Amino acid sequence: MASIPEDVTPSSPAAAPPARRLRRLVYRHTLPLRIMHWINAICLLVLLGSGLQIFNAHPALYWGQRSTFEHPWLSLGATQTRDGKLHGVTAIGSHRFDTTGWFGVSKANGQPTVRGFPSWATIPGPQWLAMGRAWHFFFAWIFAINGTCFFLYALWTRHLTRDLVPTRRDWRGIGRSIIDHALLRHPHGEAALRYNVLQRIAYLVVIFLFGGGVVLMGLAMSPRMDSVLGWLVDLVGGRQSARSIHFLFAMGFIAFFLIHIFEVIVTGVGNNLRSIITGRYLIETSGEPLRAKADCVTPERSKRSVHDGT
Amino acid sequence: MKLINKRRRFLRDALALTGAVAVGGCDKLSETDWAPKVLGSATSLSHAAQRALSRNAMAREYSEADISPVFRANGSTDPQSAEYRALAANGFRGYRLAVGGLVAHPLSLSLDDLRALPNRTQITRHDCVEGWSVIGKWTGVQLSRVLKMAQPTEAARYVVFRCYDAMDDGSEYYESLGFDDAWHPQTLLAWELNGKTLPIPNGAPLRLRVPRQLGYKMAKYLRRIDLVDSFKSIGDGNGGYWEDQGYQWYAGI
Repeated sequence: MASIPEDVTPSSPAAAPPARRLRRLVYRHTLPLRIMHWINAICLLVLLGSGLQIFNAHPALYWGQRSTFEHPWLSLGATQTRDGKLHGVTAIGSHRFDTTGWFGVSKANGQPTVRGFPSWATIPGPQWLAMGRAWHFFFAWIFAINGTCFFLYALWTRHLTRDLVPTRRDWRGIGRSIIDHALLRHPHGEAALRYNVLQRIAYLVVIFLFGGGVVLMGLAMSPRMDSVLGWLVDLVGGRQSARSIHFLFAMGFIAFFLIHIFEVIVTGVGNNLRSIITGRYLIETSGEPLRAKADCVTPERSKRSVHDGT
Repeated sequence: MKLINKRRRFLRDALALTGAVAVGGCDKLSETDWAPKVLGSATSLSHAAQRALSRNAMAREYSEADISPVFRANGSTDPQSAEYRALAANGFRGYRLAVGGLVAHPLSLSLDDLRALPNRTQITRHDCVEGWSVIGKWTGVQLSRVLKMAQPTEAARYVVFRCYDAMDDGSEYYESLGFDDAWHPQTLLAWELNGKTLPIPNGAPLRLRVPRQLGYKMAKYLRRIDLVDSFKSIGDGNGGYWEDQGYQWYAGI
C-alpha cells in the first residue's frame, strides 16, 4: 500500500507484466461519515485542550462524592527547592515523579510556571478557566450532536452492525489478528477493505465506552443534572469519581488517537488520508477483478481499474 | 501525475493549516469580542435543556457520615470593610438583612427575625467551578419564604444578592438568581454550617445556598437582597462578580 499510482486513468500502458496486478479505487467512506469524522476530530481536539485547561484550575483527582484534599489519587503539583527552583511533581497514589517541564511546572512565556498541564496543551494557552469552560461546553454540544448523528446514521445504514460489530469468525481469529498487529502485518487487496477484529473492537470501545461515557460523566459533574442523574452519580461512586472517569476517558481518547495515527501511517498515509477526505481507497489485487465482497464497502459503480504493470 | 502531486500537497497543507488554526487560533479567537459570545450561546442551550430535564428536581441530600471534615472556604474569607468589621466585632448582633427593589413590602430582618421563621436543614454537596466538591450541613430559611413576605411585584424577574466583601478590583461581590432557582425549596439563606454558627471564612453571618449550581453563585456575607427586572445596570451587567469576569451566569454545569 506504500506505492500509490501516479495516475489512475485506465489508459496507462501495461508493459507486459510478469504477474498481473490490479489497482482499483474503491469508494470506501460515504460523505456523511467523512464529514462526521472530521467534525469529531476537531471537537476532540478542542475538548481535550479546553478540558485540560479546566483540569488545571484544580489539578487533582479523587474518588467518591467529595474531594479528600489530602489524598488525591492523581495530582500535578509543584515544590520549590531551597535555591528557589520550581519542580513539577506528578503524584499517582503514593508514587511521586519529577515531571518538571511537562506536568506541575512548565514554561509559560519562557518562565517556569506552576500549572498542571503545559500551556501548549491547553485552550486557551494561559490560565483562563472561564474561557476554557466556554470552549468546552460549546464543543461538547457539537460533539454530542455529531455523535448522535453518527450513531443514527451507522444504525440506519447498517454500518454499525455490518462493519463494526465483530462477527463470530472475527472472534475466532482474534489471536491471529493480535499477532498480525504486533508484527505490523496488514491485509492487502480486498481483505484490506474490511475492518479487522481488533479495529472493530477499538472503534466500538471508543465510540460507546469513551464517547458515550465521557458525555455521561460530563453530565454527572453538573450539579443541576445531578438532581435527575443521581443514580448515575451513585453508580460510579460520586461526583468526584465521575470527574476522574471523565478524565480517564479523555486519556483513552489520546491513547486511541496515537494508535489510530500509527496505524494510518503504517498502512499508507496517502491512501488512508485520501479515503477519509475523498472517500476513495486504493487496493491492489492480483488476477481477475473481483467485486469487493467486503462488508464495509460498496464497490464503486464505475470501476476504475488499471493494469499498471508492477 | 502533476495533478495527483498537487492534490497531495494541497491535502497536506490543508491539514497542517487546520491543525495550526485549531491550536493557535483558539487563543486569538478568545481575545476577540465575537468568539466568546458565540461560544457563550451554548450556555443558553445548556440552561434551557437542563431546565427542561430537571425542572424542580431536588439536589441529592447526604447523610451525616458524608460531611467533609473541613468545609473548604474559597474566594473572600475575611471581609475588611469597616462596616463588616464592626458587625463582626459585635457578633453580628446589629446585622440587618435588607430586602428591597421591586417588592410590595420591603423588609429589614435581624438574624433573630430570620431564625424565628420556619427553617430547613440539608446536607448537600458544594461544587466549586474549579472542580472540587465538599459536603456540609446547612441550616437556614428558604429564600422562597422571605420572598413571599416581601411580595415581589409583577415586574420582578431576578433576585440580586449584594455582599459585604470587596474584591481585588474594589467592587463588591454580588450575584443574581432567576426565579426558578430563587423559589426552589433547597435555596436557603443559611446561618449555620454543620450545626455551628456560620464561620466568617464560610460567609458569616448569612450566605446563600443554591445546591443545584456551582459555588460562585452562593454569595457569602449577604448585605441586601434586591428584586429587579434586569441586572444590566448592576456591575458590568452580567449578573454577578464572576460573571463580569467572563464566567457563565447559569452555573448549573
